[in-house]
Amino acid sequence: MPTTPVLPKLVGQRVKRREDPRLIQGRATYVDDIALIGMQHLAFKRSDVAHARITSIDTSAAAAMDGVEAVFTGAQIAKVLAPMPIGTPFPSPEHRAVAADIVRYSGEPVAVVVARDRYVARDAADAIVVSYDPLPAVVDVEQAMTGKPTVIHPDFPNNLAVALVPSGTGVSASGSVDDSAIDAAFAKAEVVVSQRMVNQRLAPNTMEPRGVVAHFEPGKGTMTIWSSTQNPHILRTFIAALTGLGQDQVRAIAPGVGGGFGAKINIYAEEYVTAAVSKQLGIPLKWVEDRSEAFVATTHGRDILGYVDIAAKRDGTVLGLKLRLIADIGAYNMLLTAAIPTLTMMMANATYNIPAIRATLTEVFTNKTPTDAYRGAGRPEATYFVERAMDMLARELKMDPAELRRKNFIKPNQFPFATQTGAVYDSGDYEKALDHALKTAQWDRLKAERDAARAEGRLVGLGLAMYVEVCGIGPSAALPTGGWEHSQVTVERDGRISATTGASPHGQGNETTFAQMLADQFGVPFEHITILHGDTGVVKQGIGTFGSRSQAVGGTALLMAGTKVKKKMAKFAAALFEAHEDDLVFENGMISVKGSPASAKPFASVAAYAYVPVPLPEGLEPGLSDEAFFEPTNNTYPFGCHISMLEIDRDTGEPTLLKLVAIDDAGNLINPLIVEGQIHGGLAQGIGQAMIEEVVYGEDGQLLTGSYMDYALPRATDFPRFELDATVTPTPVNPLGAKGVGEAGTLGSTPCIVNAAVDALGEFGVKHIDMMLRPEKLWRIIQGGRS
Amino acid sequence: MISTQFEYLRATSLDDAVAKLGAAKGEGKLIAGGHSLVPLMKLRLSEPKVLIDIARIPGLSGINAKDGVLEIGAGTVHHDVASSALLQQACPMLTEAAADIGDPQVRNRGTLGGSLAHADPAADYPAVMLALDADILITGPRGARTVKARDFFQGMFTVDLAADEIITAVQFKPIKTGAYAKLHQRASHFAIVGVAAAVAVENKVIQGARVGLTGASSHAVRLTEVEEALTGKQISADNIEAASRLAGNGVSDVNSDLHASDKYRRSMIPVFTKRALIRAVERGQK
Repeated sequence: MPTTPVLPKLVGQRVKRREDPRLIQGRATYVDDIALIGMQHLAFKRSDVAHARITSIDTSAAAAMDGVEAVFTGAQIAKVLAPMPIGTPFPSPEHRAVAADIVRYSGEPVAVVVARDRYVARDAADAIVVSYDPLPAVVDVEQAMTGKPTVIHPDFPNNLAVALVPSGTGVSASGSVDDSAIDAAFAKAEVVVSQRMVNQRLAPNTMEPRGVVAHFEPGKGTMTIWSSTQNPHILRTFIAALTGLGQDQVRAIAPGVGGGFGAKINIYAEEYVTAAVSKQLGIPLKWVEDRSEAFVATTHGRDILGYVDIAAKRDGTVLGLKLRLIADIGAYNMLLTAAIPTLTMMMANATYNIPAIRATLTEVFTNKTPTDAYRGAGRPEATYFVERAMDMLARELKMDPAELRRKNFIKPNQFPFATQTGAVYDSGDYEKALDHALKTAQWDRLKAERDAARAEGRLVGLGLAMYVEVCGIGPSAALPTGGWEHSQVTVERDGRISATTGASPHGQGNETTFAQMLADQFGVPFEHITILHGDTGVVKQGIGTFGSRSQAVGGTALLMAGTKVKKKMAKFAAALFEAHEDDLVFENGMISVKGSPASAKPFASVAAYAYVPVPLPEGLEPGLSDEAFFEPTNNTYPFGCHISMLEIDRDTGEPTLLKLVAIDDAGNLINPLIVEGQIHGGLAQGIGQAMIEEVVYGEDGQLLTGSYMDYALPRATDFPRFELDATVTPTPVNPLGAKGVGEAGTLGSTPCIVNAAVDALGEFGVKHIDMMLRPEKLWRIIQGGRS
Repeated sequence: MISTQFEYLRATSLDDAVAKLGAAKGEGKLIAGGHSLVPLMKLRLSEPKVLIDIARIPGLSGINAKDGVLEIGAGTVHHDVASSALLQQACPMLTEAAADIGDPQVRNRGTLGGSLAHADPAADYPAVMLALDADILITGPRGARTVKARDFFQGMFTVDLAADEIITAVQFKPIKTGAYAKLHQRASHFAIVGVAAAVAVENKVIQGARVGLTGASSHAVRLTEVEEALTGKQISADNIEAASRLAGNGVSDVNSDLHASDKYRRSMIPVFTKRALIRAVERGQK
């Protein structure tokens, strides 16, 4: 008897990403690869000053150039495009896609050119002459809060976009504040540690900058828009609203997207303008961001100042935490800008039992590029503030940083755990992650190595940090766009499977993980499955990929749709086999009756029958296709522990990362290889923030780090070999038990490296060092300056 | 690259390149690797009307030894310098400097001649050329000439090279007892401070030294105060330390920028001078 080839179960296996060959070989299709007949090109004239009133714009030379189709000033764009909407419930000043009267950051668009090609468009943009009446610029967030020397938006006194929102113990849903618990905690404290900390501004730096192609077809009255976006369905919603079309008349496509890191959630001025001008002119238009533009025109991340006070007993028991947050959001509110720092407030409880917490948040306008989500989006900031404070407390109490944390952990039997700051942690075992990290890193041996190095006069330090983050974002109460995800699974007539997901991937590997899941579910070869995404004309509904939600929320929707289709297929098979639908076995590309392998029929033959159902079983419609929406009941809360060892050159202040151990608990893992890749990427960006990345503005509001000559990105050679492992604490929030992992690497790595740097410079009496670890800054501490 | 419009010409020989450059009447730029020029064109800070590509001129690249003198063609890319077995053996200061330029992409495209002609204040090669006392070979419509490295670098992006001239090669006597030590600017990987030190040692006595500094000021300079302090001295940690402490004393225009203040930069000159000297001397002892 011939043996049936056995298809291995794939969920949980290290399956190589099927996306990678095309990406590595340059065979992916990005927005800039889209070419349409008659397509013209957009270029934006941008402000080269940070704050000024536009007194005149002379577009005559640009308009007269050969190959220029049209030139629009901000005032002209305002006639065809309403102000840009935001996605948060905070008050917001009017924000025109192209500034009409006042520019508020260097790089803000002031005019638009449409031309034959990119070169002519750029030449014409350069030929536009804008006259400005300069206004004072403010770039320091605390100075901006004084309302001096300038108020950027007249309706927002002292530049306060959001003024002192309280959260934590004693804050009611209605907003009333009772400080008695937090005051009592600090009153009875034996130790209080206080520190001002800067979580500095970063530029997201996707490998593919942004780009848009918009094609309004006057004959059909429809718009197709290609964009390098993380969420084509949200893009469709907003483009439809602002161009006066119905959502049925707009098709949004995210082709290959070369990284988003949160910065491609926002719907940008360039997307609205390209669509509106295409509609106005009735021709297809393309705009592709160049790298210099990306530094000023794509939202920045982080930039939150934290005043942290932590109160404890001498034995290390934490009694209370105060966290006063001041977010520098730049010149305008973008889609999620105002919401990002609220996540910092929400995650202030960290992994600890803290009896009393008072967090407050103020958001402030400055003359800089607006901020929005950046990998981690608010949670790395919370982790950084609390984990630095815990480390300072450990030093103050001369306690091992691991033991201080252990003493204060939320215990496994406390889950689900309602925090003081409004989150309900789904599941967790923080001590397990800590112990696994200590064991993996060989903590005691590392301490001995550090001490031996110090005895030789070397400046070596160890850092440890715990983290908990909020992922798998949903339910709808948590997201104004809706907190669900959608999928449609179709078994095609030939027995192959197409499945759509609304969680539009841009590096997450969902074409692989989702195919793994369906291969197991239907017992068919992985190669017989295609995952479709990123096109609202193909994917009926969706929200998008951000907040580490694609697997936890999108994956569950896929599983649910697959379950429906499999059930229907079982009914067709039951009719063929004259068996009960619950007695069928799907495996190895065959369907058989349980206990009767000889009865097996090819999966494809049952699929074919479902599409030409003669006879049609009673009560069934033809075909094998169904959809599901999944709305989780809660977010997920992954966690972990990172440990680092760092050496600082005594002569130069240059830091070198010697070791990084990351133990991450993202619940059940569909594909550990992809998970590790996600963690590597997150670590790279977390280490980048700790060590070399920083957006810097001059006092006049000019961006000083506007190219890779001055904005440092980490390179592979900057890293030691990452030592990764996982603990597994499944979430009860979804049937996969998966929590999400895309951002985790940015959370633990950043404080654990700064903790190591402070440890390394302990002999100089330093208590805190603000990121990034610029060699000169460290050298000055070594030379006797204090931080 | 969304540059302004330019005409692209490929030169087939040195004479052809000189002719084309002359014909461009000051509006032309030579391009080989393009790693200094293209970033400027991309930002429209440089808007040449004509680009003359010299990358494929036969004989303009390569490393050759003759009568104890090494010649490196101006079109030789950094990677070829860094990976030359001949140079690694005979002149490790140069190969370690080349290996430390930028990143692999830059090293695979950028050329020696391009780097010298551009004369970025923070480029690595100029310090090494000074320490080697190299001759820079130049040709142009008025014929060929040779300039000493110490006369070549004159100011920020300013060198002894007319707009119609081309660097063809550098020549130098290789020095085994040399080293290059550099503090990296962490974004660009240019030098915040780079020191190339070459020493001549006999019977544990330093007979002479040449020390080149880059990154610290408007252009690469010799640290003559260090050279003089070392000459005639026994090799010892104390003597190297004492000489290094003088490093930078004669430099008045120390750069200050986002990445390093003038104070920090100045303080790093002795540190990297000492590192280069120690390694240079060690190479003599092997």
